[in-house]
Amino acid sequence: MTASLFALLQRDLVLTLRRPQDALTVAGFFVVVVALFPLGIGPDPEVLRTVAAGVLWVAALLAVMLSLERLFADDYRDGSLEQLLLVPLPLALLVLTRTFGHWLVAGLPLVLLSPLLGLQLGLEAREIGVLMLALLLGTPILSLIGAVGAALTLGVRGGGVLIALLILPLYVPPLILGSGAVDAVMHGSSAQAHLSLLGALLIFALVTTPWATAAAVRIMLD
Amino acid sequence: MSRTRIQWFHFTAPANFYDLAGRLIPAFALLSVILFAMGLYLGLWVAPPDYQQGDSYRIIYIHVPVAWMSMFLYVLMAIYAGIGLIWRIKMAEVMAKSIAPTGALFTFLALWTGALWGRPTWGVYWVWDARLTSELILLFLFLGYMALHAAIEDRQRAANASAVLALVGVVNVPIIYFSVQWWNTLHQGASITVTQAPTMATIMWVTILIMFLACWMYSIAVVLARARTEILERERRARWVQERLESEKP
Amino acid sequence: MNQERFLHPPREFRARGLAVERGVRLLFSALDLTLNPGQLLQVAGPNGSGKTTLLRMLAGLSRPLEGTIFWDGQPLERLEEGPGTCLAYLGHQNALKDDLTTLENLTYAGRLDGSAGSPDQALVMLDRLGLGGYEEVPARYLSQGQKRRVALARLLLQKRPLWILDEPYAALDVHVIEVLRTTFQDHIDRGGMLIITTHQIVDIDGDCQTLELAPSQRSA
Repeated sequence: MTASLFALLQRDLVLTLRRPQDALTVAGFFVVVVALFPLGIGPDPEVLRTVAAGVLWVAALLAVMLSLERLFADDYRDGSLEQLLLVPLPLALLVLTRTFGHWLVAGLPLVLLSPLLGLQLGLEAREIGVLMLALLLGTPILSLIGAVGAALTLGVRGGGVLIALLILPLYVPPLILGSGAVDAVMHGSSAQAHLSLLGALLIFALVTTPWATAAAVRIMLD
Repeated sequence: MSRTRIQWFHFTAPANFYDLAGRLIPAFALLSVILFAMGLYLGLWVAPPDYQQGDSYRIIYIHVPVAWMSMFLYVLMAIYAGIGLIWRIKMAEVMAKSIAPTGALFTFLALWTGALWGRPTWGVYWVWDARLTSELILLFLFLGYMALHAAIEDRQRAANASAVLALVGVVNVPIIYFSVQWWNTLHQGASITVTQAPTMATIMWVTILIMFLACWMYSIAVVLARARTEILERERRARWVQERLESEKP
Repeated sequence: MNQERFLHPPREFRARGLAVERGVRLLFSALDLTLNPGQLLQVAGPNGSGKTTLLRMLAGLSRPLEGTIFWDGQPLERLEEGPGTCLAYLGHQNALKDDLTTLENLTYAGRLDGSAGSPDQALVMLDRLGLGGYEEVPARYLSQGQKRRVALARLLLQKRPLWILDEPYAALDVHVIEVLRTTFQDHIDRGGMLIITTHQIVDIDGDCQTLELAPSQRSA
């Protein structure tokens, strides 16, 4: 079983490496969106510092959302998704593996880029640490919830825009908890509560969303 | 016991449901009109003005029942969608689809009345109050459900896919509500809170309750009417539809 | 090359009372079929009669409106690891990744579905289907017929007892069709089972049935 799942993960990563522009576009989008905010709000360091966590989180949300289409759409088009359904393993497990691969390529780079952008917006070392930790816990949630939306919009006309309407409302809890964590340390209190809740949310999403995604994939291929 | 069960399954057959709904709709519509008239009379003329907010508070007689309805209808929609998905009962799918627009309407009304109330009370139309924010997100959830349903051409696939979305949504509603509540208490002083009406008089409660019932009756009537149309469309090739349409011709 | 065994032994495959609706059309109803080890079933019928729909259903990819499909007396959806344990399916699409080489496509698929043959077996299979020398070529540079052959090679390597093939001969030239025919014959001779749609004559010795689907009718 592990061998099968590992083969799936490896294949997905090899495919990303053969076509790195997809992953780079997502990271580039993240950086550009964050860079646009000071131009819109003004260069006042105090203001930028205040909105930094929110800006970084919203940008991460949008970047992950943009990358979701690739999760199943290519496999849907070339028939690989049908073959995946016939792999003698629970579909939820395969979907979870695929989502993990997606996070490695789309979510993790955002976590790694965030300190740089945080510095630009005037965050201090401690706040950046919390920001990274929050993104590390939060971006997998974004991928997991996003997978449900990606599956539900397979083969649907205008799926790219529709997915935003389906998924963004569900991104509210991680957004609030994630940016709240940074705000908390900024105001001199502990981010512990935020991070614990974010962790709990991650576990909940890990346990529940793969089933919903698997059900959605089956429905859309029916 | 067993008789009731048979009866229930009797009405999951589209033809029987169609007939029953046709007979029930006028009754619910009439009840709704009467209850609305009663509620509005009590709310606008009988109930005393608020000692702080004067007459502007009276909008709660619409705002509160409507906000309750929006949440009830979302849960109800998800339940029907789940039943349709798991047991493949077509009537449940029809009901879920029919509830969505009414739910969205109530959610929109709750936001609208909330904004209207906000103006005289806080001086602004919109505050990022926890309840208003949650209600806004609920509206997005309703719209997402309807958009997904409309975007998928195959009827069965549309029903199943949007059922998954409704179930994911209903699990998330409490989480969203909780997180928004939490966010709200962290981010602002205690200056603003909605619907924290000072101790409510009995007459106010009774009026709200009557308006709530009126909303229910209205919802049932409208949802059943929508479900009937949906059934006709789904079953348009069936013989019973042809028969009913013949007999309903003037 | 005939020594390779099935991953699971062939068993009776049957469907009872299948009914399928597409949109408002009833494609077929009360459809029964039984396939025993060593048997072949050709599904025939005009375009739009539901051949592809039926095959996807038999492969467990979509649920019938009514009816059940059994493998060895077990409903397909109750099989512990899903229908993929007993059957291999090839639809209209080849399910190849353009960015992977021919050989990579085969080895990843093999590792993923647990049949994991060695790369050598994959090479032998490619050779047999006339694709020797193409193993390092990315799939995007293959012609339609070559892609079809890679997809068939993958199916052969899966070692499933039941093959469900939707128009396997599409885009293939006479020589390759002959190679496939012998492969299918071999599969049947060893007790394998085959469900196939094709516009060509299936020239295979053995226990062959034909299922003729009627042109689609309006649902009552």
